[in-house]
Amino acid sequence: MREFEPRIIAFLCNWCSYAGADLAGTSRIQYPPNVRIIRLMCSGALDPVYVIKALLEGADGVLIGGCHPGDCHYQNGNYKARRRVAILKSILSQIGFDEERVWLRWISASEAKYFADTVKEMVASLKEKGPNPLKGIGEI
Amino acid sequence: MINAMLEVEENTLSTIVGLLQSLLERGIVNALLVPIPTLSLDNVVQTLVLDPARLKGANIIAPVLPVSSAKLVAYLTATGAKGKLGAVMRSCEIRALIELVKLQQAKLEDVVIIGVDCLGTYELTDYAELARSIGKEVSLELLAGSKEGRLSPHNGYQFRSACRICEHFSSDLEGFYQPDIAIRLIGLDSEREVAVMASDELAEKLDLKEEGMPETRMEALEKIAKERASERDRAFSDFRSRVVDVQSLLGEFSTCIRCHNCMVACPICYCKECFFRTDTFYHPSERYFKWAERKGAIRMPTDTLLYQLTRLNHVVISCVGCGMCESACPSHLPLATIFRAIGEGVQAIFDYVPGRRLEEEIPLATFREEELTELG
Repeated sequence: MREFEPRIIAFLCNWCSYAGADLAGTSRIQYPPNVRIIRLMCSGALDPVYVIKALLEGADGVLIGGCHPGDCHYQNGNYKARRRVAILKSILSQIGFDEERVWLRWISASEAKYFADTVKEMVASLKEKGPNPLKGIGEI
Repeated sequence: MINAMLEVEENTLSTIVGLLQSLLERGIVNALLVPIPTLSLDNVVQTLVLDPARLKGANIIAPVLPVSSAKLVAYLTATGAKGKLGAVMRSCEIRALIELVKLQQAKLEDVVIIGVDCLGTYELTDYAELARSIGKEVSLELLAGSKEGRLSPHNGYQFRSACRICEHFSSDLEGFYQPDIAIRLIGLDSEREVAVMASDELAEKLDLKEEGMPETRMEALEKIAKERASERDRAFSDFRSRVVDVQSLLGEFSTCIRCHNCMVACPICYCKECFFRTDTFYHPSERYFKWAERKGAIRMPTDTLLYQLTRLNHVVISCVGCGMCESACPSHLPLATIFRAIGEGVQAIFDYVPGRRLEEEIPLATFREEELTELG
């Protein structure tokens, strides 16, 4: 049987994490191809509806990337994102869904290696967890 | 603050009407939002009254709540009330209004809040049935029991599930926002005298004198609060043992028909245009087939669970547990319990109690630099 390959949806902020991912590419740093990146202007602009949609559609993990605390291009969007993620994770765990499938990481524009390492680490963690139990359930 | 007693001459309700009339007649308010029975007498609805004569028959203790008046006060003040507005409200309505003020959907500057002890509320259809069969007794029997701290529904009926687990039935709550005037009934002999708490300024205008508060009050409040809290804990633990994984979660919402009634009834869901009602969810036809192809089969209409989970994320931090969502649900989903139980966990992260105080910022509108570092 072929090994399970998790699918990760990554919401990355335009100013830091997306640039970090871009640098990983231009620097030819190798990382697993399991991640599909969606660029946002700010991690603070991510409504939880998109994360929930990704999970209900069967994404095995969701990575949210923003600027390091204090570095937000819009002063404090990442702090607000952190609160939103805290609420989302609390709700997910209270309804019996593994909240550790959602990761929040601060990745700067220069941290190409850290981005690649984060993806590697997340893929390994999700491989251990196995597929998202919502995958294939049409009744959602 | 002045604690006064109004002697009952004819009956409790007419004494309260007298107090409300003097608010209008003395120009303390220019308009009043008051629960008044409909002509059919089987419902009691919030009514905007400018003519004091029209207050006759008002019944502010009727155990029915068709709409959360927090929403109505928002309509009446969002772009500035015309003069002073007095609003008779239960605790859950006041707490929802505080949240709406923080969300900049209502203004309190020109509002005199008249808080009233809530004796519990029935579902609309139950209230109508009871009102038709026993008339005013549907309210008065609760008033009689409230003296000893006993709020039991009529034989064979139940209060709304949100009320059964509500420990915030009085605006007399330590540390909570206090209304300008409070009409107190629980633990008091309201058939003989009605207890009214008012700010010094309002008390002077209404000729109210300090007379103290009988000790029986606190005892009765605590007795009910204790009963309700144990009922609440039971409902929460029942929910938590029921919903443990994805399968059980799906079961919880399996009868949702995505009608959006809960959103319309919710006082906190204030968006003029909900995301779920935009074109985003009128997908191109082809897309449904693609989803069905990928999963093999999909439930139609789509996005039922997405709607419920997103509403939880958007609303739960400010949920005051009024249960209007559950009352509006045609499938009787246990939304009041779900939102309150999950709300408890979420609100605890920020030590936030919705509706408690105006000064406490809604957690999503603010942040601390040093917090939640385990997340990132």
